[in-house]
Amino acid sequence: METSFTPLSGLLGGLLIGSSALLLLWANGRIAGISGIVGGLISPQRGEVAWRLAFVIGMLIAAFGYGLGQGGLDVQLPAGWLTLALAGGIVGFGTRLGSGCTSGHGVCGIGRLSGRSLIATALFMGSAGVTVYLIRHVLGGAA
Amino acid sequence: MKAHPIASLIAGVLFGLGLVISGMVNPAKVLNFLDVAGSWDPTLAFVMGGALLITVPGFRLVLKRETPLLDGRFHLPERNDIDAPLIVGAILFGIGWGIGGFCPGPAVTAVTTGMPPVLAFVIAMLAGSWLAGQLRQRMGV
Repeated sequence: METSFTPLSGLLGGLLIGSSALLLLWANGRIAGISGIVGGLISPQRGEVAWRLAFVIGMLIAAFGYGLGQGGLDVQLPAGWLTLALAGGIVGFGTRLGSGCTSGHGVCGIGRLSGRSLIATALFMGSAGVTVYLIRHVLGGAA
Repeated sequence: MKAHPIASLIAGVLFGLGLVISGMVNPAKVLNFLDVAGSWDPTLAFVMGGALLITVPGFRLVLKRETPLLDGRFHLPERNDIDAPLIVGAILFGIGWGIGGFCPGPAVTAVTTGMPPVLAFVIAMLAGSWLAGQLRQRMGV
């Protein structure tokens, strides 16, 4: 699947994601890590539900609105539902065990210069790169 | 509705817009970023760079405050040690990310497409997270 390099929209999107993380920390004192936000919804604690739910609803509103304006979101999947379910299970398990994902460790953790987050980000970037290499260039999958 | 969840809602909208505008909601773009040896698309590096341009200086300023605007305290991770769950969890996450091309944010955002494989990813992700939460409780980490 070829995709075109889009540095400007990438940078703009990144600035928006960074602004979101900054707003959430400045206003509510929370880390905008999606695995953590969602994890706190499936293992709910008192006083920890409303802000998480509001954040997720905000994400869905943005995506739905943008999709309406653009006539649908560009989402090209590498495989069918069974493979994606397997991937999702590993992602959910790994992010909870490792206390964060691309946003929590990558954007927010590195943002506050956390050593744990730097290590975690290097590890998941590395293992993701190796996984894609194995699937595409060793196993020869279409992904 | 109180100010606290409203701020959160606005932050969620900004985050979702960032993911769709940058194209990170598309697993093909993410997988092509990870495929340095193949059809490489460096866009993700610009997304991460753009976000860090805001968070690195911004967090520094915000964390000089005693408290956040609408909350009694900053809720930050307190650990500094590199332990086995962090290492194993991060490596596992990368493997799942490399297979599906979705990390949690884009997957949640892409639910709005209604595509069944995306829903399968997110449901399995919630189950995996719940399972790891149980495991962490038993291990006391």
